[in-house]
This record gives sequence, C-alpha cells and structure tokens, in this order.
Amino acid sequence: MPEIDVAAPAARRLEWRTAEVVDIVDETPRVRSLILGVPGWPGHRPGQHVDVRLTGEDGYRAQRSYSIASAPEFAHLMLTVERIEEGEVSPYLASEARRGDRFELRGPIGGYFVWTAAEGGPLMLVAGGSGMAPLMAMLRHRAAAGSTVPTRLIYSSRTFEDIIYREELDRLAARRDGLEVVHTLTRRQPPGWSGGKKRIDRDMLAGLGFPPQARPTIFICGPTSLVEQVARSLRELGHDAKMIKTERFGPTGG
Amino acid sequence: MSDPPISRGFRARRRRDDELRRVPPGQHLTGDFPVLSAGPTPDIDLAAWSFSLDHGGATLGDWTWAEFEALPQTEITVDIHCVTTWSKLDTRWRGVTIDALLTAAGSCEAPADFTLVHCEGGYTANVPVADLVGGKAMIATHFDDEPLAAEHGGPARLLVPHLYFWKSAKWVRRIEFVATDQPGFWEELGYHMYGDPWREQRYAGD
Repeated sequence: MPEIDVAAPAARRLEWRTAEVVDIVDETPRVRSLILGVPGWPGHRPGQHVDVRLTGEDGYRAQRSYSIASAPEFAHLMLTVERIEEGEVSPYLASEARRGDRFELRGPIGGYFVWTAAEGGPLMLVAGGSGMAPLMAMLRHRAAAGSTVPTRLIYSSRTFEDIIYREELDRLAARRDGLEVVHTLTRRQPPGWSGGKKRIDRDMLAGLGFPPQARPTIFICGPTSLVEQVARSLRELGHDAKMIKTERFGPTGG
Repeated sequence: MSDPPISRGFRARRRRDDELRRVPPGQHLTGDFPVLSAGPTPDIDLAAWSFSLDHGGATLGDWTWAEFEALPQTEITVDIHCVTTWSKLDTRWRGVTIDALLTAAGSCEAPADFTLVHCEGGYTANVPVADLVGGKAMIATHFDDEPLAAEHGGPARLLVPHLYFWKSAKWVRRIEFVATDQPGFWEELGYHMYGDPWREQRYAGD
C-alpha cells in the first residue's frame, strides 16, 4: 500500500449543502475567488476539494469539482475559479455569481493530496496557474497554525497580471517564518523582473527546491503538462516517487 | 432538502440528444482526455514488465510483455466516465480481456468473487469479478491504435468502462482474486466501493 498520511474518513454520506456567496475577489482578469458561507460545513483539511452543483431556471443541473483555497481556520470557504470560455459552470461562478447568490456544494472530498502542519516538513509546493488554489489552502493553514516548517513554493504563471494571490503571497513570504516564494513568468515579464522567465524545468527545481536528501513532502498542482514535467524532473533529481503527490487540472470543459 | 437554489443565467450548453442520453447524471462531456493520478507517472521498462493473476498467494498465470502481446487481442469502443464529472464518448481501446487471461491461465472460471487490482507504485482498486468477466473488462495496451501513453496508464491499464474511471487502474501489474470485497486506494479515502456512474455512486454512502 502507498503511504497514506491521513486517517481514512468514516463512511458517511456526503450531503449537499446550500452555499451562499458572501464576498467575491477578482484575483486576475480571468480568475475570481468566491467566499462562501456554508451552514453545517464539517471542516476540511488543506488540499481537499468540493463538488459544486448548479441548477438552472429550467431545472438543468451540472456539477464540477473545485479545490478549496481557504485554510480550515477561516470561517468561510474560498473557491478560486478560472473562467473557461466554452465552459458551462465556470462562466457562472467566475462571471455571473453575485453576493447573496446560492448554490449547492458537498464535501470535503479527497484525503490524499492533503497537508497539515502537524505532519511537518520540509514542504515543497509547485504550482501552475489556478493549480495554486489547493496549495494556497496549505500556505494559509501553515501561517494560521503558526508553523515554521521550511517551505518553498515555485509558482508558474503566464504573466505578472496572471499571478493569483500575489499580494497575499508577498505578505506571507515577508513573515520570514521559513517560507520562500519564487515566481516564474512564462509568457511575458515586467521590466526589472527578478524571478524566473521560463517554464519550471529540472535546473530550476535543482536550484530552488530542497535536495532529495532533505526528504521534502512535495505537492504539484497545475495543468497536466506542467505536472508531468515537474514530477519527471523531480524523480530524475532523485526524489522518492512516494514523496510526490500530484493533482492535475486538465481542461475538462469547465 | 428543499428545492435547490436556482442560479440565474446558468443554462446548459447545447448538445445533441443522443449524446445526452449517454451521459450519466452529474457528468458532462469532454473532447479532451484529462489525466488524473495521485502521483508521478512511472517510467516502466517493458523488458522488466510482467503481469499476473494471483489467488491465495499462488500464481494462476503470469506473462512477460512479449507473452502478453501474443495473447488474443480484443478491440472495444466505449464511453468512459470519471468521478471528477467528465465523460468521454466513443473511446477506442485494444487489449486482452480478463476472460482471455483466465483462459490462457487454464482456469475455466475465476477462483473467487472479488479482486484487488495492484499497480506500479502500490496503487490498488477493488472490482467484483462479475464486473471483469463476460467481456466487460480488459487489460488495455492501446488507445486509438497507438500504444497507450504512460500518462494514461501505459504500457497497460485495467479498463472497466461501466464503472467510474478510477476503477480502470493505470499501470496495472497484478490482479489478486480475493474472497471478500476489500477497499483499494481511493475507496479507503472515502470513494464508493463499487462506483456505478448511472447510480452516481461517487463517494461512500452514495
């Protein structure tokens, strides 16, 4: 059996609950975060996700999975949604939804791509685009729990304007509590940019990540191509496959 | 629960009726082939690859890659349904049915009612024997006439298309026949023991 670092949840039925949009944050031109109040929410662990179900005026329903971006310590749930133009659910969540709107949600789901401060570190996070969401839940939890676990985040975005949670990541890194954040911008960089300027590759991971001897717990989340490339590079660098957990954000029709 | 809240401005994208009938509740169509795995894609050396059927610690049959490729091949075109809510219609696979494997192992029938499917890296999934035999499942080695790509489970994955796709375990190496149904990797983590997409059996208790 693989090493599972969390207790298996009891076999209980996941109930649909009504979530209400209490606030909205425009993160980037294509990405919004919804802050949700969910009465009866049982709590979650950083990295878990929820299923969202929308019902249209004609009764049509559609359902999608979204990672939770908020820490368990936060009173509300945050979902961060990237708008996929041809999508069905994401245009509603990322454009239409307003404060006071309600829809159904159930969870938390998933017990593998999960990290809590009690598990220690070092912790290495690699994100691409909106794949940052579940890793943000881990960083927010780390800060809320007062953890000083050595942590490195390598985050790939297309442009400076596409970096999700940019100011909050700056603030978290400024605490100097063992978190280092490195951005790389693959398409265009602003003048004077000191971060990375290419896709995350083996050299970048070797230079910025923890060495395999440190046995970091590694979480990778992003588009399939990034996850495949990063996971392969980390294995070539000598990291144990068992220490690498992945979540792929494929284009699933949103 | 009372009536669900209505989401203003949310409506179905247009789709053909015949497609709609083939999509289970809570699912939507994708034209892509998304990849979902818990960990890195393993690098598998075909020269060292083997596949076996086991029961009670005894090997019923085992095959090297060359031997496996020489077994009777079956082609199948099926719809697949992932628990993360995408469905893909008319996917074309080639491989060796579980029936053909049992025959090649010299067994007329499976020695127990349940299986635990074992994969590279320790991943497991549980599937009842009744869902594997009778032409319902295969060990697939080709997708769209091409050798199955590593990220999609190549060189060989289980294909049980009538159950949610996590049951179609990637990088499969061994099927162990067992007397009682026992949870595999995702089933231990709260996913449904059986996983019928038409009954929306996503999570334990569904």
